[in-house]
Amino acid sequence: MRALVLSLLMLFVAGAAFAVDPGEQLKDPVQEARARAISKELRCLVCQNQSIDDSNADLAKDLRRIVRERIVAGDDDKQVVDYIVARYGEFALLKPRFEPSTWALWFGPLAALLIGAAITWSVFRRSRQGTAPALDAEEKARLDKLLGRPE
Amino acid sequence: MIVELGHFALTLALAVAILQMVVPMIGAQRRDSALMAVAAPAALVQFVLIAIAFAALMHAFLTSDFSVALVAKNSHTAKPLIYKIAGVWGNHEGSMVLWVLILSFYGAMVALFGGNLPDALRARVLAVQAVIGVAFLGFILFTSNPFLRLDPAPIEGNGLNPILQDPALAFHPPFLYAGYVGLSMAFSFAIAALIEGRVDASWARWVRPWTLAAWIPLTVGIAMGSWWAYYTLGWGGFWFWDPVENASLMPWLVATALLHSAIVAEKRGVLKSWTILLAIFAFSLSLVGTFLVRSGVLTSVHAFAVDPSRGIAILGILVFFIGGALTLYGWRAPVLKAEGLFAPLSREGALVMNNLLLAAAAAAVFIGTLYPLFLDAMGGPKITVGAPFFNMTFVPLMIPLFCLVPIGPLLKWKRSDLVAASERLMGAGVAAIIVVVAVLAFQTRGPWLAALGMGLAAWLIAGAFFEVAWRIGLFSGNIRESFRRALRLPRASWGMAFAHGGLGIVVAGIVGTTAWRQEVVTALKVGDSAELAGYTLTLEKVGMRNGPNYQALVGVVRVTRDGRDVALMLPEKRSFPVERQEKTEAAIRTTGFADLYIVIGDENGQGAWTLRAYYNNLAPWIWVGGMIMAAGGIVSLTDRRYRIGAPNRARARLAAQPAE
Repeated sequence: MRALVLSLLMLFVAGAAFAVDPGEQLKDPVQEARARAISKELRCLVCQNQSIDDSNADLAKDLRRIVRERIVAGDDDKQVVDYIVARYGEFALLKPRFEPSTWALWFGPLAALLIGAAITWSVFRRSRQGTAPALDAEEKARLDKLLGRPE
Repeated sequence: MIVELGHFALTLALAVAILQMVVPMIGAQRRDSALMAVAAPAALVQFVLIAIAFAALMHAFLTSDFSVALVAKNSHTAKPLIYKIAGVWGNHEGSMVLWVLILSFYGAMVALFGGNLPDALRARVLAVQAVIGVAFLGFILFTSNPFLRLDPAPIEGNGLNPILQDPALAFHPPFLYAGYVGLSMAFSFAIAALIEGRVDASWARWVRPWTLAAWIPLTVGIAMGSWWAYYTLGWGGFWFWDPVENASLMPWLVATALLHSAIVAEKRGVLKSWTILLAIFAFSLSLVGTFLVRSGVLTSVHAFAVDPSRGIAILGILVFFIGGALTLYGWRAPVLKAEGLFAPLSREGALVMNNLLLAAAAAAVFIGTLYPLFLDAMGGPKITVGAPFFNMTFVPLMIPLFCLVPIGPLLKWKRSDLVAASERLMGAGVAAIIVVVAVLAFQTRGPWLAALGMGLAAWLIAGAFFEVAWRIGLFSGNIRESFRRALRLPRASWGMAFAHGGLGIVVAGIVGTTAWRQEVVTALKVGDSAELAGYTLTLEKVGMRNGPNYQALVGVVRVTRDGRDVALMLPEKRSFPVERQEKTEAAIRTTGFADLYIVIGDENGQGAWTLRAYYNNLAPWIWVGGMIMAAGGIVSLTDRRYRIGAPNRARARLAAQPAE
């Protein structure tokens, strides 16, 4: 159902409302800076991967207001984010949480690099073995024996 | 009548493609030159037929023939001419016709200029191209027919999404498609080689120019898309890590890896089967990109199920080509024995590292882009993977890659020593250190990482410069001799220098705009001013303007610096009545080193207008650098070694080259 609502919303996003209106900004510069930092990690749910800090959509505007309200109410950064997630789901986080369902995501790129590095290393090694001096008669006999080849 | 002609031509093209798929393949297996000879004329005829279909569709858009359902849905009489043209591919059906047009164009190019290929290879390549053509022509005709009529025809059309009514975005899809589809050539060569079971140095040499021919428009297309996002989305960002963007970045990364591995396959005869695998992956990711953008799966896995016929068809095509190619690879690749060996510290060793890092980067983008879909399909929570993920995974892979770029070309093939290379790297190293120190000394704000980023950019740019300088002996003192050697330097070497230097410029642009952008967000009454980066912005007037098919709210902003007049900037907010949408049009003034970027918003109810202004340091370098990279590709493509009919002269010239 939420997906349906989101898709419908997406159809009606007007492109030209405004990102961070002057009227929204908090008086306290420290609180405002915190609000901006949090906003950069929250997704404007109806936009394509834009943060609410960057987005013009009305929903982003509402979310920015909620973030500032929570900050003024005395929430710490984590509580603000939790508040948003409780209402909009983890979909609102641009940086997915590190938990069992996202382990594959977070470790995937590293795993890809390590697998690639292992293959590369084995290719280098194999290539170096190729240059190794040929086996002498005794070694060859031993190898044949190990491999169970007939004399 | 013309529309029916187009429909007929497209149907005929499918028939020709089937012929081109079957007959030359049988001919190549039986070594029957008469059957193989069918391939080239069939490819040409297929191209002509699709061109007729495309022209018919274009005609319907230009004449606003609303009896055609597609035109009624996506066009409007009041639309400017350029967007009537762009409207042809600004929708699913038309974009697919453009896709097959470009596909058949590449096929026709092989038919015309592939005379230097062995007959069997050429026949097989064209047959594989035809398989792709059959799949997509069938897809168009059976699920996405652009020529369907409406009866009765509406009097007026629905118009085109205003977001698409933009010069850069109008020509963004053709470039991107030329890149995506161009990678089908490398794919067809790879499949043909697997069928033949033979890959030699000449195969790699044939693949390189075709890959390059795809890489160039792909680079331009991505740069255009990023530029468009920069000035349209209204906050000056240039890359969002959006799935649609990632869909174009993945094939680019793999194509870049392929360009480099094909060099190793050509020069050293190793990495052949890896090169083939990359060719398969590059085109597979292009297909994945088409699938992601066209199937609606991105909006939601569930939206995909709403109109399953198209989505399932594209998915089927995807599974057939990727699965089929990889199966063929698994079966035949062991036949392709690698010969020769290589040491880690050598040109080929550096190119292997390039491939490792680019492939891992492509994997990172792939995982980040598709994981939310995967999790959703598995019944997991809906999650978003945004910029923070890619900054933590993609960027760390790029940094060692960029460090490596100037080193690789200075290493010798087979076995190299670092001492000799490091002497030649001295110039670039000194340049990089100077830039790091200078940035640290003069930077008043911004992270210290920015200094390292700029140092990396200088390392790339200076590295490209000193590499050419060394090869032409610029510092030997004999200018005339250097000039003579510069003229003789292979175009591919020049192309590489441009591409690598351009990359450095892109890096400088990204680092500069990310680290040092300044912004001001304020509400101004007419006559009020705001300060930004030493400029004074005064809102002089706010008025309305009538465009061809929109109404614009225009802010007139006077820009001054120390009391001197600098510019008059006109940010707009456009309303499109037909489409009932709004769009911001930022006013951008560039000095070449920075952009002043102004956007106007709504009136706040108290007579003041929201104004958002940015000072984006080095932002224009991102796209200038991208264009220089593409230009490097073009220069490289004109290299004599790629051309036909000049082998003797080329060989004589190569002999005159100093040994590398």
